[in-house]
Amino acid sequence: MSKKTVAILGAVTAAVAANAAPAFADGDQEKCFGVSLAGQNDCAAGPGTTCAGSSTVDYQGNAWKLVPAGTCETMEITDADGKKHMGSLAATEMNLPG
Amino acid sequence: MTQDTLTQTPARATVSQAEFRAAILNAQADVPEGLVNPDGQQASKRFSVYRNNVVHSLSEAMLTGFPVLTKLLGDEFFREMAKVYLRIHPPASQLMMHYGAALPGFLESFPGTLHLKYLPDVARLELALRRAYHAGDADPIDPAELTSLGQHDLMEARLTLAPACEVLQAKWPAKSIWDFNMADGPQPSAGGEDILISRIGFEPKTFLLPEGAAEFISSLLKGRSFGTALGLATSNTPDFDLTATLTVLIAAQAITGIDRD
Amino acid sequence: MLDQRTNTTLPDGAGVGYKPQHFQDLLNAPGAVTWLEIHAENYMGDGGRQIAQLRHLAENFPISVHGVGASIGGESRLDPEHLARLKKLLDWLNPASFSEHLAWSTHDSAFLNDLLPLPYTKDTLTRVTAHINEVQELLGRKMLLENPSSYLAFAESTWSEPDFIREVARRTGCGLLLDVNNVFISATNLEFEALDYLDAYPLDLVEEIHLAGHDEDADELGRKLLIDSHGKPVDEPVWALFDHVIARTGARPALIEWDNDVPNWDVLENEAARATAQMAAQTQKVPA
Repeated sequence: MSKKTVAILGAVTAAVAANAAPAFADGDQEKCFGVSLAGQNDCAAGPGTTCAGSSTVDYQGNAWKLVPAGTCETMEITDADGKKHMGSLAATEMNLPG
Repeated sequence: MTQDTLTQTPARATVSQAEFRAAILNAQADVPEGLVNPDGQQASKRFSVYRNNVVHSLSEAMLTGFPVLTKLLGDEFFREMAKVYLRIHPPASQLMMHYGAALPGFLESFPGTLHLKYLPDVARLELALRRAYHAGDADPIDPAELTSLGQHDLMEARLTLAPACEVLQAKWPAKSIWDFNMADGPQPSAGGEDILISRIGFEPKTFLLPEGAAEFISSLLKGRSFGTALGLATSNTPDFDLTATLTVLIAAQAITGIDRD
Repeated sequence: MLDQRTNTTLPDGAGVGYKPQHFQDLLNAPGAVTWLEIHAENYMGDGGRQIAQLRHLAENFPISVHGVGASIGGESRLDPEHLARLKKLLDWLNPASFSEHLAWSTHDSAFLNDLLPLPYTKDTLTRVTAHINEVQELLGRKMLLENPSSYLAFAESTWSEPDFIREVARRTGCGLLLDVNNVFISATNLEFEALDYLDAYPLDLVEEIHLAGHDEDADELGRKLLIDSHGKPVDEPVWALFDHVIARTGARPALIEWDNDVPNWDVLENEAARATAQMAAQTQKVPA
């Protein structure tokens, strides 16, 4: 056996040893129960005509002026150039039309 | 013109589905002529019910399909953005479970988000998680099967990976951002992340990959042999760590078959 | 024309639209609920939890598959990819019933995810008939056609809705799904008498009934406009219409649809129990 072969088979053995046998012994019913991802088709109508989305004011209006307001404001990520990207930069960097 | 045609009732306006669709997706468009209230008068707000239903149902599908992006951008902003998105990219499929596939590209050019460079990678991750959730079922192999192969057989073998498996090479720390927002993970730190998306039972999961593993796994997904995948990974990543890579694949219950033709 | 019976049928009792949050409740305490309806499109993935849940439930309940995406009334041809997915689902599940809507949702390959209205004309009749024939032939089974809820009318319509539906059923052999809430909504919004509608409607072809809640709004003239929201208990006038229908049809598979603001199981089960009780009182065919 070559040194390379030993290394490869050793790597496989080490990986297998590193993992306990898959713990997946739940019964069918238990497996079935759990959080379902949404994004479903159904045949219900949305809220009535007054809901945003039906008027021209809402169409293409707000989104171009709104500033994101979620956790992107508080999250800080440094990129490869050492430049920090934070939500707080949003307002200054944004190119607001109109 | 004859007397007959003069006394006939005028032709009633017909409404094509092309017209109807155009007026649904453009709130500035006039309501097509021929859609009426009980008195036969032109409908206006009544048509808005359909406009609203379409916009509402598609925005809801986006909102529920991208929980991390919704958290990152805020509910109100995401909803407004979704309204713009759905008009540019109405669903091409009846399956709402996959709606929003064009969002990564959209985020790169949308004025409100283009400065948040990490968003498209987060969108790609959320899309992959949804695909994994609905992917076909496959049981993982007993990892011990891997050690039963001799060197020659192993190098020639093709490992089958679960239908849920995907590799995402993100320029930004998409998994850390996801964990930070959804699983109380620590503040994301700099740099890209190679991510394996898989499914444990019915739960989609993400795994960070060591250097070179993305290439190795992508080769396996293309149906290349273990030996070919290893050769490619090793030549591009000299210190490719096979043990670490296989450890992730086993933990991710990603290997569902060993094909030894 | 196709007159093919499915292997199983829905029971003449109450069912509910299945929501994943009720999975355990349904298995532990189904109460008055004797069958389930699912939306076809949510089970067209390749696998995963939703399909597993459905497999499990199908061992315990008769299932009705209710499509919301076929665009039966569409001007464009039916999407062959979608029909293939539908066939695949129905082939492995072999449900007790399959239904779709008298509506359109896809045009020019854009799916609008809503049930959009149709003018009742000769052209629409020809198109809907052809599409239902195509669906029934491809699926090898009879489908039920559901009446829509309407917010407006088409000036070009030359048929009343009940007459139109009767003629479609005559030409295709399809069965009917009568949504009583939709009748009430359309009657209110388009200002006709719901009872006149039901008198003209071919009740003998009804194989399933839908019941649901609605919201109230108003148009720009201040006229009442009911919205088919499926987010509330069934309204009293709708229960009264239901009574009127089952007095004529006898007990039928009757579904409580609740898709928005989905309540706890006991609230939903309670609605199903009321449907069961009304059918028992009207027909004495269903044990109380």
